[in-house]
Amino acid sequence: MMQSKTVQIWVGIFIALGFAALFMLAMKVSNLSSFTDDDGYEITASFENIGGLKVRSPIKMAGVIVGRVAKINFDNINYEAVVTMSINTRYNKMPADTSASIFTSGLLGEQYIGLEAGGDENYLKQDDELQLTQSAMILENLIGQFVFDKASEEKQ
Amino acid sequence: MTGWLQQLGENGLNAFERTGRGHIFLFHVLRGIPEILLRPQLIIQQIYSVGVLSLIIILVSGLFVGMVLGLQGYTTLVDFGAEQSLGVMVALSLVRELGPVVAALLFAGRAGSALTAEIGLMKSTEQLSGMEMMAVDPIRRIITPRYIAGIISLPLLTAMFSAVGVIGGYLVGSGLLGVDEGAFWSQMQAKVDLQEDILNGVIKSIVFGAVVTWIAVFEGYDTTPTSEGVSMATTRTVVHSALAILGLDFILTALMFTDV
Repeated sequence: MMQSKTVQIWVGIFIALGFAALFMLAMKVSNLSSFTDDDGYEITASFENIGGLKVRSPIKMAGVIVGRVAKINFDNINYEAVVTMSINTRYNKMPADTSASIFTSGLLGEQYIGLEAGGDENYLKQDDELQLTQSAMILENLIGQFVFDKASEEKQ
Repeated sequence: MTGWLQQLGENGLNAFERTGRGHIFLFHVLRGIPEILLRPQLIIQQIYSVGVLSLIIILVSGLFVGMVLGLQGYTTLVDFGAEQSLGVMVALSLVRELGPVVAALLFAGRAGSALTAEIGLMKSTEQLSGMEMMAVDPIRRIITPRYIAGIISLPLLTAMFSAVGVIGGYLVGSGLLGVDEGAFWSQMQAKVDLQEDILNGVIKSIVFGAVVTWIAVFEGYDTTPTSEGVSMATTRTVVHSALAILGLDFILTALMFTDV
């Protein structure tokens, strides 16, 4: 059996390495170092169709991630999707008439909400609702429309 | 015909009996925990032989698994122009599945078999009975520290396996194949979630650690006290651990990662 002091040192190194690895996974590999959604204010927007948007999808303004989708509900009266967005409190100077559209990153990539600033002098605050929204572009609909147009062109 | 049925019945009853004994044994082992926490020296000694001595195999395998993932992932992803997602692929497959499972399989082969052989030999050379004669409970003195050491060691080893694997994937992806370094890390950070992915991986490895060590110490304690019995018990440890790990991994994955 080895000297108990050497054993203790090795076990100490082992445990330290283990926690260092966990720490590296947490900081370097996962998204802990980017902001968490706890410190954010929530705004909502209604869309006719959200396509493939999911909870935790990014919300971008000028291409920069400013928040994440917190909740997606269905409005049973207007038959629209109600998306709750959590915006980082650092970005608290968004005009009240900001508009939201659903975009796709790349042609087939994931979907995100793009915000575009308006000109209002009042700022958005907790529980505000965005009035101007644009639904997701559904690729199948576009193709369908394209084929339909082609067919009607050929008839003429 | 009756002979065959009798054999089947006997085997079935034996299996039930062993399962029952295994659970009673686990209960005894767990009951010894409060006492053993007062003597951490015993646990440290076991963490050394179970965890520290497994370090090399875990680190080297982790590095190579990560590097192979990087190579193979690249060949597939580059066809779709998505080689920037290499980091996400490597990190997610390591943290969610390969890390816990491969580390646990290696752990069963390296540490589990050693535990079984050690305890089995103690039994066949009647050291365990000797302890009982001296009014020392062999389960609390011998088994419980090993069990605790296994549960502590495997999650740490798994974390190292995954971390080294990610580094291996990075070395191959960024160094050898020319994937952009920034995209590699930033896409990884954007897609890997601390709770969803990393925490669930840790939970998996704790479960595997508990199960593998349980199988190993039970097989050792329950062995037929002959050299043949010890060899059979060691084989059973590795086989049963591997089956348990893969089966449990399916169940845990189904529970953790299926809500879309």
